[in-house]
Amino acid sequence: MESTLLQLVNSLTFAALLFLVASGFTLIFGLMRIVNLAHGAMYLMGGYVAYAAATASGSFLAGVLAAVLAVVVLGLAVQWLLRFCKGNELRQVLLTLGLGLMLNDAALVIFGGDTFSVPTPEVLRGPVQLFGIYYPRYRLAVLVVGIIVLLLLWLLMNRTRLGALIRAGVDDAETVEAMGINIRQVFVATFALGMALAAIAGALGGAFLSLYPTADSEILVYSLAVVIIGGRGSLGGAAVGSLAVAMLSTFGQVWFPELSYFVIFGPMALLLAFRPHGLFGRTA
Amino acid sequence: MNGFAKPLLVVAAVVLLALVPALMPGYFTSLATLTLIYALLAMSVDILAGYAGRTPLCHGAIFGTATYVVMYYVTTAGGNSWLALPLGLAAALAVSFIFAALAVRTSGVYFLLLTLALGMIVWGVCLRWTSVTGGENGLRGNSRPEILTDPIVFYYFVLAVGLAAAFVMWRFVQSPFGLTLKGIRESESRMRSLGYNTTQHLLIGFLFSGLMAGLSGVLYAYFNSFVSPSTVALAQSVKGLLMVIVGGVGTLFGGIVGAAVIIGLENVVSSVTERWSMVLGGLFVLTMIFAPHGIVGLLRSYLARRAGR
Repeated sequence: MESTLLQLVNSLTFAALLFLVASGFTLIFGLMRIVNLAHGAMYLMGGYVAYAAATASGSFLAGVLAAVLAVVVLGLAVQWLLRFCKGNELRQVLLTLGLGLMLNDAALVIFGGDTFSVPTPEVLRGPVQLFGIYYPRYRLAVLVVGIIVLLLLWLLMNRTRLGALIRAGVDDAETVEAMGINIRQVFVATFALGMALAAIAGALGGAFLSLYPTADSEILVYSLAVVIIGGRGSLGGAAVGSLAVAMLSTFGQVWFPELSYFVIFGPMALLLAFRPHGLFGRTA
Repeated sequence: MNGFAKPLLVVAAVVLLALVPALMPGYFTSLATLTLIYALLAMSVDILAGYAGRTPLCHGAIFGTATYVVMYYVTTAGGNSWLALPLGLAAALAVSFIFAALAVRTSGVYFLLLTLALGMIVWGVCLRWTSVTGGENGLRGNSRPEILTDPIVFYYFVLAVGLAAAFVMWRFVQSPFGLTLKGIRESESRMRSLGYNTTQHLLIGFLFSGLMAGLSGVLYAYFNSFVSPSTVALAQSVKGLLMVIVGGVGTLFGGIVGAAVIIGLENVVSSVTERWSMVLGGLFVLTMIFAPHGIVGLLRSYLARRAGR
């Protein structure tokens, strides 16, 4: 019973982290019709930069800020490169794939193959007692951050002009442009937002999942699964998808340690058989 | 090209390939063997990417599954090397069937994303299922049939299998069935209203493509005598796809050119630096920006510009 509760809280905190990565991923996919396959590499880069900055300055917050700054700059560079393949989504996706490989290799050059953990701030260290179990305070903080980001994103999407433009762009970017709005700027803003979220996730995840050269591929698969389950461009889909993937992978790891990857795959396959575009997805 | 030039070109290419061990023995022959194996993978990718209009990113996983099955059956289970061949193909077909059943209803970016996720799951399983796959250490041991031990004999074996497979693939894409795949590429809805069961056609096309990728995976197991998760990793699928794009999508035999270019380049780069992954990624980016139609396409547009002047 206690271990089940522990796994449940574990999957909730993991879901919060996944939501941070996947929400940016799905927004970019929904609006720009491209899957940013460098997203996993951006997460890893964010984590490494946060590690370097946090150990150098001794402040976790400085690490997160440095990660966001570095990854957003990188993301804007990617966005600039994407212009060379304007109008051809498949080429743009393949371009990000190549960039992802390059970034991953660059991370290997700079940080080597060792495993790092971002040092957590003093106040969040140690366990906290919760319903009779002891749980790391830091992981609960990640859960709180995930919920706050979900709320902020919901407010952004539903209560601001930018959110309205993004939602309109997801449905029909051409019409938005025809109404005299510079959709290019909306694209840039969304891309930067997605990158910032990936960087925050990298910094937060780097503290409890640790950072190593293949972490980007793993996060990318999880994000893909979230988007495939939730459907593209949907915040609610990203939240539900993150929860589903996190539950499946956490309990899968306990029940079938060697085949935990496979456990995400089964339900995903079942869902796809009935809804090829995900729970909340719409056909393009 | 007139009627005679094409067959003549094919004959010349085959003769040249047959002379490789005599002209350049040793290391170069083994490099040529590897190129032929990858050419087979590239052509199998092109059946889907070029003819059915569905760009897959899972062929490295199908290829690697066959490699893993051969290596496991021969080295761990102590089975017969020849018997490993049909087993590897069957495994590749089984994996392709699962992938195809899930992916054929989608197209474009969604197809790419789905096949990518499915391929990565195979990678994850190979990495974590340590008791069977050996985890990061992989599986090592000689899996090649005894009569093929000599590298020159093995080269001719791969060449013969490769040519036969290339011929079958060429017949496949030229066949009425292959033409229906092209039709689906151009307009799936139109093909469906003409009465074709497009889902079934794509499924069969996917299975055939997967079978060919599996064949190259089996040959790779014979060649390399080692398999690790990097054999099924995304980079492998990317490599296969890049070969197709460099050689020209939808040209089938362009995959051979692409494989020669990429394998040659990998060999040169690896002798200078360990950063092959960086070069591969950079090459992908540059190809996408400057030469999305491959070397053949680049030459063709250059010639057209010259002629127009």
